[in-house]
Order: sequence, then structure tokens, then C-alpha cells
Amino acid sequence: MSDIIQQIIGAVIAIAIALAGAVAYFWGTNWLLDRFLSSNNATGDEITRRDNVRSQIRPWLFLFPALLFLAVYLVYPALETFRLSFFDKVGNFVGFSNYLWAFGDSNFQQSILNNIEWLIVVPFFATAFGLVIAVLADRLWWGNIAKSLVFMPMAISFVGASVIWKFVYDYRAAGQQQIGVLNAIVTGLGLPPQAWITLPFWNSFFLMVVLIWIQTGFAMVILSAALRGVPEETLEAARIDGANGFRIFFDIMIPQIWGTIIVVWTTITIVVLKVFDIIFAMTNGQWNTEVLANFMFKWMFVNFDYGRGSTVAVIIMLAVLPIMIWNIRRANAEEGTR
Amino acid sequence: MTTAVDTATEIRPATGAPRFLSRIDVGRLMTHLSLLLLVALWTFPTAGLLISSLRDKDQLAVSGWWTALTTSESQAVTRLPTADTQVQKDGKWVITGNVFGTDSNKQLGAFGTSNNEPAAAVPGASLPMSDGGTITIQVDGSFVWSSDKQFTFTRAPRIFYEVAIPPRFTLDNYKEVLTANGVARSFLNSFTVTIPATIIPILMAAFAAYALAWMRFPFRGFIVALVVGLLVVPLQMSLIPLLSMYNNIAKFFGAEDGKTYLGIWLAHTAFGLPLAIYLLRNYMAGLPKEIMESARIDGASHFKIFTGMVLPLSFPALASFSIFQFLWVWNDLLVAMVFLGAQEGKLVLTGKLVSLLGSRGNNWEILTAGAFVTIVVPLIVFFSLQRYFVRGLLAGSVK
Repeated sequence: MSDIIQQIIGAVIAIAIALAGAVAYFWGTNWLLDRFLSSNNATGDEITRRDNVRSQIRPWLFLFPALLFLAVYLVYPALETFRLSFFDKVGNFVGFSNYLWAFGDSNFQQSILNNIEWLIVVPFFATAFGLVIAVLADRLWWGNIAKSLVFMPMAISFVGASVIWKFVYDYRAAGQQQIGVLNAIVTGLGLPPQAWITLPFWNSFFLMVVLIWIQTGFAMVILSAALRGVPEETLEAARIDGANGFRIFFDIMIPQIWGTIIVVWTTITIVVLKVFDIIFAMTNGQWNTEVLANFMFKWMFVNFDYGRGSTVAVIIMLAVLPIMIWNIRRANAEEGTR
Repeated sequence: MTTAVDTATEIRPATGAPRFLSRIDVGRLMTHLSLLLLVALWTFPTAGLLISSLRDKDQLAVSGWWTALTTSESQAVTRLPTADTQVQKDGKWVITGNVFGTDSNKQLGAFGTSNNEPAAAVPGASLPMSDGGTITIQVDGSFVWSSDKQFTFTRAPRIFYEVAIPPRFTLDNYKEVLTANGVARSFLNSFTVTIPATIIPILMAAFAAYALAWMRFPFRGFIVALVVGLLVVPLQMSLIPLLSMYNNIAKFFGAEDGKTYLGIWLAHTAFGLPLAIYLLRNYMAGLPKEIMESARIDGASHFKIFTGMVLPLSFPALASFSIFQFLWVWNDLLVAMVFLGAQEGKLVLTGKLVSLLGSRGNNWEILTAGAFVTIVVPLIVFFSLQRYFVRGLLAGSVK
């Protein structure tokens, strides 16, 4: 009991210190800057010079805590992970042999293959379902309720979603009463029940369903907003020209929101590259469902080989890199138009 | 109203179909039905979990959650009491009891004395026993086994029966996961991790975002690009060096390992910063330029403009980020496992659920209730603050 109280007090103190510390830092450094580089007692050029120095320093005072955190927790570790990928378990430099090991390892190859499957299937279906639901919901009076319900899985943890779907896939031997929905439907149709999670080849797809189920809500919200930006005149013109619903959807709507579709697709792609919890909770990589993130976790925490673990992390990073560069270039382009 | 409809239908060309059918718009009906199907697909899995978690655990194990409102039938077996419980009554030796134990909810359909004939007799009828005497079992499960001679058997016989369990909803599963399985402690741990990790980054990010939105200085473009880049860097790149760093610090202070709440708060703070800075900067950059400039001309310092004007105006963006950070930290498994570990007392809810999946993988009454405890807080946050969540999502996906 006392450790629980201690834990709560610790959390409260941490919040208090963090808030007080932040206020003290920002207010204090700002005050010091104005106090010791004040233009009040200066004359002529000195005023301008001091004004300039102050406006040179102030942004960095504002940025310092955030930059410190980013440097210590993200930039330095990323560089260090890259360095570690060239060392073995006990810290000897081994050049590229970790990478050579990886590409020769059958579990790694399996992970790469599975990740490629995930990369094709999940963004496609999540985006497609999201788009269809957005289009349908915007035309019906109960559309907002529908959107809210489809969006709900976004709030559920990957682990929670894994349990939800494991229950859907639950398997009992033939002849027993099935309590999983999927097997109940299958046996209801007169087919034999299946252990979906261990079913060769197809089991990965049953895991992908979990992520599609979660990410569709994201795609739907973003695409729904984009669809509302499609000018009504273009749709009206197409209708007058006699285009049917499908033609309007594919020829008028999709081209106008193409940019948003790409953004949704790449965002989900990044989620897929990092996916870990679902595989960890449902199969832990058994029955050929391994993916890179779970594979990395095993080398890090089961085998304690930080060299090989880092190598796998770097490979995930390399896969993310093109999207990262593309994002930065677009952000820069937008910055230029401001 | 009615006349208008009537004239409208009269204009239509007469067909063989009944009049009311021609008023239904088939396309519109299809839209309703398709969306209904999709929504059902998206909600049924969660509904199944919730309903199951409220069911009696014996029913949950033998019937699907969609049959929750119907009486389920199953076969069961119970071993009768031993011979030393017999009492002498009216010149007979009698053993009494209830095959259902203390559970009064069930109903007996039929019973028998062998595995091959579980339905040999209806409730109220009597069957001879191989150990002597006859047994009579009532619908409520109470039985009377009586014999003229004293019972001498050493191994109590079994009774096979068909039992009907009427629908029963209960909070017992929740009681069990919260107390016996340590989920309550994990619930508290999740809050301990999440609340500081949500609050700590906010001020830091807000100051940085203001600098990036409204101040001119060298390398600004580079820092913006850095933030956009860090948005997508996989956490996997950070884990190993940070864990080593934490362990070294712990060793320096003579602690056992580097797995502390302070460690995970700071890690989550840093991992949330890129999104926080990005969201807030986009929002602040969209504030009207004229207000800023007139305030500058009036001699207000950047510090004053930020604390007095920009921070209060940025409330919607701050709310969006807080919700994101709260959900992400609450739902996180990886960071918690690496920086807080898998010790029983320190497991957060997601970690606890994974450990239950491993140890109680077939006890669906435990898993469904545990999962619902895990997702209930995010669901409340989500449904009450959905507006801010959506707004943040729209601003946060790189445009």
C-alpha cells in the first residue's frame, strides 16, 4: 500500500517540478536577458547593437529545452544505433557482418517478406475503406454517427485490439460449439472450423485485419475533410453531363483529392513499418508471422545482442527514410510559400 | 402534403409494380445498407468483447456472445459426496446435496449414471445406483440418494447430466480481474505513467513552436526540417542507446536498474515533442499576422506576446496535442516494456494484458474483462473530446 502512495506522490511531485521548472526557466532566462543586455542605459549605435544581440539570443532560449530533449532522446540515440550496428554482442567492431548475417538469416527474410505484404495490403485497404465510408457517410443523415463508430478503434490500443480480434478468431475443435464469430459463421456454412492464427500463409492477413480495422478511421477522417473541399460546381457539372455515381467518384472526386490520398497512404505506411504490438501480442512471430519490429525486439531483449538489434533498427529506418525525405521536402516547399 | 405526393406519383409512368415500391429510391437504399454493413463490421468485434465480459463465465466458455440472451444447454458431470456424509433417516441411509454446488441459477434437463447415458432419467425420476440404493434429482439440482443398507463405497460415483443455463449477466469477471489478477494495480500504473507524460511536454513544445513560427533567426528552416523528419523516425532507433544510458546512470547512483517512472516520463516527453512542436507551430503560424505586428509596434516583447496572446489563443491546438499524447502513452506497449520493465508491480495495462494473454490465454472471461478495463479510459476520452482529436488529426498529418 505504501508503495502505491509513494508512486502517486512521485507523479504529483514530478508534474509540479516540471511545470514550476519550465515557468522558472522561461521567465527567468527572459528576465536575465532583458536585465543584463538592456538598452536602457546605452546610447546611439549601442542601442541597436544590444537590441540585435537580444533578438539573436531569445529564440534559442525559447528553443533550448525542446532541442535538448530532441538531441538526447532522438538524435543522439539514432546516431548511436547506427554506430552500434557495426559492432558485435560484446562490443568488437565487425564492419558489415551484422548486415550480412541479417540478409542470410531465414527469420529476417521471413520478416522482410511479411513486412512487404503488410505494406501492400494494410495501406490499400485502410485507405479504400476509409474513402468509401467517407463518401457514403457524407450523403446520409446518420453519417456522423457512423463515422464516429468507425473512428472508435483509433482510440483502442493495439494490444486491446489484438485481444478483441483474437476473440473473433477463437478456435474450437470441430463438433464443439464455436465461440469465435468467424468460426461460427464458417461452421454455420457447413465448412470445417479453422485455427486462423496458425493457418499457413493466410494467418498474416488475419493479423493485418486488426491494423486495417484501426487505421480505417484515420483515413476516413482525413479523406472526409478533403472531400468536403471538392467544389460543388465540378460535381454539379458532371451530373448535368449525365455522369453516374461511379463516374463522378472515380473521374471527379478521386483526382481532386489525390494529394490527400497519398498523404494518408504514406502515414499508414509508416505505422505499418513500425508495427510491433499486434504481432507481439497475437503470435510473437510464430507460424511465419514475424515482422521487422518484433524481430528487432527479440534480438534486443531476448538475445541481448545490441549489435544485431541495432542492425535491424537501422534497416527499419532505411525503409522509412524515403518517406521522411519526401515529407521534409514538402514541408520546405510549404515554408517557401508562407 | 399528401396531395403533393399523390400528384408526384401520378406523373410517373404506370408500371406493373405496386405504387409504394416506385417511391423507394434504390440507390439511396443501397447507400444506407452498405454503410450499415460497414459500420456493423467495425463495431461487432468490440461489442462482442463488451458483451462477453459481462456474461457468466460458464456460459461464455460454451456459447457465442451472440447467443447471450438465450438459454444455453450443455453437458456436465459432478462427483457425488463420499460415503462418510451419509445420515440415517427413517430407517434408511441417505446422502443429500446439490449437483450444481452453490450455483442456484442452473436448471437440470436430464441425468444419468453413465457417460453413455447422460439423459437416462428426467428430473424427479429415480435411477438405481451401482453402489446401492436409488438417486432422485430435482430440476434445481438437489438430489437424494437413499438405500436400505449403509453405504460402504470408497470412491464416490459420478453423475452425468444435461444442464440449461439461463442468460445471466454479472460483474464477477471484472471483480476477478481487478482483484485476483492485479489489473487494478496496472490501471493505477497506467495513470502514473500517462498524466505526467502528457503534461510535461506541453510548455516546452509551446515555446519552441512560437519561436519557429514567429521569430527570425539562422537555422530556423533546418530546425523545422529536423522536427518534420523526427516525426517519422521509428522509436526502435532510440531504444538501445537510451536503455544503456539509463542503466549507466542507475549504476552510477548504485541503483539496481534504470527502470523508473522518471525515466519513462522523460522518454515519453521527448518522443511526443516532434508532434507537439509540429502541431502547435502550424497552428500558431496560422494566427493573424496583423495582431502580432501591432502588438510588436506597441512595444510588447516576444515573451509578453507569447504568454499573453498566443498561448491562450492556442488552446484548441494544445487540447488536440494533449489528447493525442494521452492516448498514445496510455496505449503504448513498447516504451513501457523497455523503460519500465515487466516486473509485476510496474506493469502498465497494455503490458498486463499481454501477460494475461500468455498465462490465461483460454480464460476468455479474464481476457475480455481485462481488455475492456484497458480500453475504457481511452474510449471515454475519445468520445468526450472527439472534436479536438479530429482537429489535431487534420493538422498533424503532414499536408
